[in-house]
Amino acid sequence: MTFAAVNADLFLGFFENIKLFGVTLIFAIPLGLLIAFGSMTKFSPLRMLTRAFVWVIRGTPLMLQLFVVFYVPGLVFDAHFPGENPRMTAAAVAFVINYACYFSEIYRGGIEGIPKGQYEAGQVLGMTRTQTFFKVVLMQVVKRIVPPMGNEILTLIKDTSLARVIGVLDIIMVAGQFSARGVIWPLFYTAVFFLLFCGILTVLLGKIEKKLDYYR
Amino acid sequence: MAILEVRNLEKSFGKTQVLKGISFNLNEGEVLSIIGSSGSGKTTLLRCINFLETADSGKITVDGDVIFDSSSEKKLTKKEQLEKQLSIGLVFQDFNLFPQYNVLDNVKLALKVRAKKRPDFKKNKKAIYEEIDQKAKAVIKKMGLEDKMESYPCQLSGGQKQRVSIARAMALEPKILFFDEPTSALDPELTGEILKVIRELADENMTMVIVTHEMTFAKEVSDYIVFMDNGIIAEEGRADYVISNPRTDRLKAFLSKISD
Repeated sequence: MTFAAVNADLFLGFFENIKLFGVTLIFAIPLGLLIAFGSMTKFSPLRMLTRAFVWVIRGTPLMLQLFVVFYVPGLVFDAHFPGENPRMTAAAVAFVINYACYFSEIYRGGIEGIPKGQYEAGQVLGMTRTQTFFKVVLMQVVKRIVPPMGNEILTLIKDTSLARVIGVLDIIMVAGQFSARGVIWPLFYTAVFFLLFCGILTVLLGKIEKKLDYYR
Repeated sequence: MAILEVRNLEKSFGKTQVLKGISFNLNEGEVLSIIGSSGSGKTTLLRCINFLETADSGKITVDGDVIFDSSSEKKLTKKEQLEKQLSIGLVFQDFNLFPQYNVLDNVKLALKVRAKKRPDFKKNKKAIYEEIDQKAKAVIKKMGLEDKMESYPCQLSGGQKQRVSIARAMALEPKILFFDEPTSALDPELTGEILKVIRELADENMTMVIVTHEMTFAKEVSDYIVFMDNGIIAEEGRADYVISNPRTDRLKAFLSKISD
């Protein structure tokens, strides 16, 4: 077993982690905004419902949520995730919901932290609340949430290996197969993949922060 | 004819009645200063006229157009309210500039948003934007900020920020411009530059309503003064006369406290 061969195998596994990471971000970022609006709406039944949902998702382990999403549809409705890789689909659904809830709270903090005066200024200038939100408030929210979002995003790439509890291929699962054959070092070596990936993310996030640094 | 008519305006927050029936008129081209101690209802009055609060009862007319009438069955739609909002402008105490836009874009934003509703927008987009650009630059220049067009609010002094916010309000060509303590957030040495700008606007016969603590300024720049005390207008009249000859004890006490 050469070093290059181990690397190639581990990379195939890590590619699955990156896939789950990417899909989760693409869907959870906008879904989180919707949930944030739900948890701030003046219509109280919807607000309560949204907040209760966020509480359940944030209050239970992601691992448990993976089991629920993957097994419950089959057990209760005899329905199964379609596609070539139903396990990956189920994992993606669980991750998107879980991360959207965490994101929604970050968004909510960001939106509620914008001074009321910004909305009032928009209003006296003849802009609607929606126009003020998109033209004035949103950019300020983005600036505020980049650091906490960065935190969540770094957590996400490491969380993706949790998906192997429902049989989704990932780098640690691949490393585990090596261990089963008596080669233990690849398991520890997986850390290098995560470190490199997080390093790149940190640099990117730093760039975004810097780009938004032209105003206070 | 009065350009601004306020009739019996009342407003309560919970059990506290902040405005207890305020009525006054303002003629076109005149300047009205509202003075009074903190908590007398000055800011609430301004906020009620500018749709930032809804009065409980009363009637407000701007240039013959009823912008608020509690006795009317028909409530204004959001759209109508925004249209009416544009006939008046408000300058805030703490500026409320948009931090992510530079000076020019702060002034242009509302004009651009509004231009999109014009029926000929798609056809004449370029010409309309050019027109907005010229207009914004002219009003910024008038505020003496032509070398700050590209600056962001965080790079400006308090006085400059307030001048941008006046430019932003003026760009929409309001019939009446309201100021809510425009110098209260400024260092004393920056106060002068704002007062100078307001004085210049007054010389051009801009109709203005100014909530202020600057007594000397109020006396000099305004035609009319309203002294508010505990939710009512305790005293009012021509500016120089009211300040020089206070009739009520409340105003006497207020003036002596201010001059200390």
